[in-house]
Amino acid sequence: MDAAQERPAVYGMLAEFTSPQRLLEAVHRAKEAGYAAIDAFMPYPVEEISHEIADHKKSRVSAIVAVGAALGLASAFSLQYWISVYSYPLNVGGRPLNSWPAFVPVMFELTVLFASFAALGGMLFLNRLPRPHHPLFAVPEFERATVDRFFLLVKSDDEKFDYPSTRAFLEGLGPREVLDVDW
Amino acid sequence: MSPPGSSAAGLDADRILIAPGHDAATVTEKISSVVFGRTPKWMFAVWAVGFALVMALLTQLAKLLFVGTGIWGVNIPVAWGFAIINLVWWIGIGHAGTLISAILLLLNQKWRTSINRFAEAMTLFAVACAVMFPVLHTGRPWLAFYWLLPYPNTMGMWPNFRSPLVWDVFAISTYGTVSLLFWFMGLIPDFATLRDRTAHRSLRRLFGFLAMGWRGSARHWHNYEMAYLLLAGLATPLVISVHSVISFDFSVAQVPGWHATIFPPYFVAGAVFAGFAMVLLLAIPVRRAFNLHDFITSRHLQNMGKVMLVTGLVVSYGYLMEFFFAWYSGNPFEIFAIAENRPTGPYKWIWMSLIFCNFLSIQLLWLKKVRQSPLLLWIISFIVSIGMWLERFVIVVISLHRDFLPSSWDMYAGTRWDWAFYLGTIGFFLCLMFLFVRFVPMIAMFEMKHLLPESKVKGRAKAH
Repeated sequence: MDAAQERPAVYGMLAEFTSPQRLLEAVHRAKEAGYAAIDAFMPYPVEEISHEIADHKKSRVSAIVAVGAALGLASAFSLQYWISVYSYPLNVGGRPLNSWPAFVPVMFELTVLFASFAALGGMLFLNRLPRPHHPLFAVPEFERATVDRFFLLVKSDDEKFDYPSTRAFLEGLGPREVLDVDW
Repeated sequence: MSPPGSSAAGLDADRILIAPGHDAATVTEKISSVVFGRTPKWMFAVWAVGFALVMALLTQLAKLLFVGTGIWGVNIPVAWGFAIINLVWWIGIGHAGTLISAILLLLNQKWRTSINRFAEAMTLFAVACAVMFPVLHTGRPWLAFYWLLPYPNTMGMWPNFRSPLVWDVFAISTYGTVSLLFWFMGLIPDFATLRDRTAHRSLRRLFGFLAMGWRGSARHWHNYEMAYLLLAGLATPLVISVHSVISFDFSVAQVPGWHATIFPPYFVAGAVFAGFAMVLLLAIPVRRAFNLHDFITSRHLQNMGKVMLVTGLVVSYGYLMEFFFAWYSGNPFEIFAIAENRPTGPYKWIWMSLIFCNFLSIQLLWLKKVRQSPLLLWIISFIVSIGMWLERFVIVVISLHRDFLPSSWDMYAGTRWDWAFYLGTIGFFLCLMFLFVRFVPMIAMFEMKHLLPESKVKGRAKAH
């Protein structure tokens, strides 16, 4: 049972705020204090906060969408080329079998289709969703994270995490409440 | 019917997007109360009408599958009748949804926010109605797949990718799928809100399932916003391509009245025109019934009226250009079809009604007083919806019924089965629309909260 004993007593600690402005300030101060394993929760996207949490890195969704679009384009062209030239050649008014301008509409449609699936699928994959259960869902106050409250989470796997001092730090940010998140 | 509280804080009633005095909690409360509240009695009346029409639809479908497309009025020379008119009409209506949710998002038009969810749902249901027509026009749809979709079959046959009809299959199915993805993605955070707001165990499970574990993490929002923006960027050319491809069905053919290069832009403008009319037609009564004046303000209605005016004028320009093209082509068949048969032929009253509905009636929208009146906007939208149906009748039927050889000229009229099919899809649409209004948040809650003044944050000064 060594592993279980090494595990910290809680999943993390939440500080609850009533406005995005206060959450943003709290995120700044937590980063300055050296906390790295932090996350913020908000009922609607506040760009400044999500950029701060993501360390001003660009989302990787766009790369996934680009791959999806390229796949869609390539598969649409190769499908039409193979069908029209090899599998089922049709002579339409003596035009070349590889009449690529006529293939453009379907190529465009499949590019958009694959890219759209990549956008939704990529977003879910990067966010590790669907995830039916999460320790945060056990915190009753957290229900308002999707309504009107803003939360800062410091996870217990953060190197700086230490129960009493982290709690004191979060209290010092002027939250409405500081909450423990059990495993 | 001015929105409550509009004079507070000295705000101009024509400018506000969300009534003052709301915060994140009241926005959530107000919008989710439609889902969690009791079903209002009038909604059963709407469903009763919709249900009766759906029964007509099913009767028609049964008859159609037993007997065949001979029960419709189509024959030579008018082999495309109501089915194609209704397909184009429904797809066009759907276009406003994508326009509002995608193009206006890219253009950073904040007024889209309270109507986008509603309009996107309208898109989905309109596409569902639209696809029934061409699929059943094939006669035996279960045998039609091998020439519509590329799948390996025992006959070794494949679709002809040089045909606009095959492009249509891809365009419409892609459009329906992407609209569904876009709509569902927008709903994920709102399903999470509903999950967290209900105490009811099975509802919590249902919404929890649909929200897929959404917790509103900043990292998640970061990816979410990028994905949503990209989807909007993808849907924008898509919506333009769909009606362009549909217009190719006509313009690639050589029938006088169809063979014109103006068709793609003219069809797209007509689609947006019809779509905004349908959004107004539905949003005005729903806004009143659920007392949503705080969120769907006078400004929203006025802006939609303006879009209708602009697109209506583009469409009218298309009518004018058809005359010019016919004259400039010097082709006697074109000149006869456009300049003689349409305005003075046996269907001239349909052409005249079209000009009244789509050109004359919208001139009222120049007046601010008219745009400020929900009732007048509703009436104009109704007229425009009829006008856009007539436009497709003019294009499809009046072009076909008198083509090159006078010996093959004939008249066309829809049978009662045609009407049952058409009205049946309207009932189907109404049922779906009001099921949506009842069970899904019809206004995007998280996007509304983003419009609140309290959502604005000030970053740190760099010198700090």
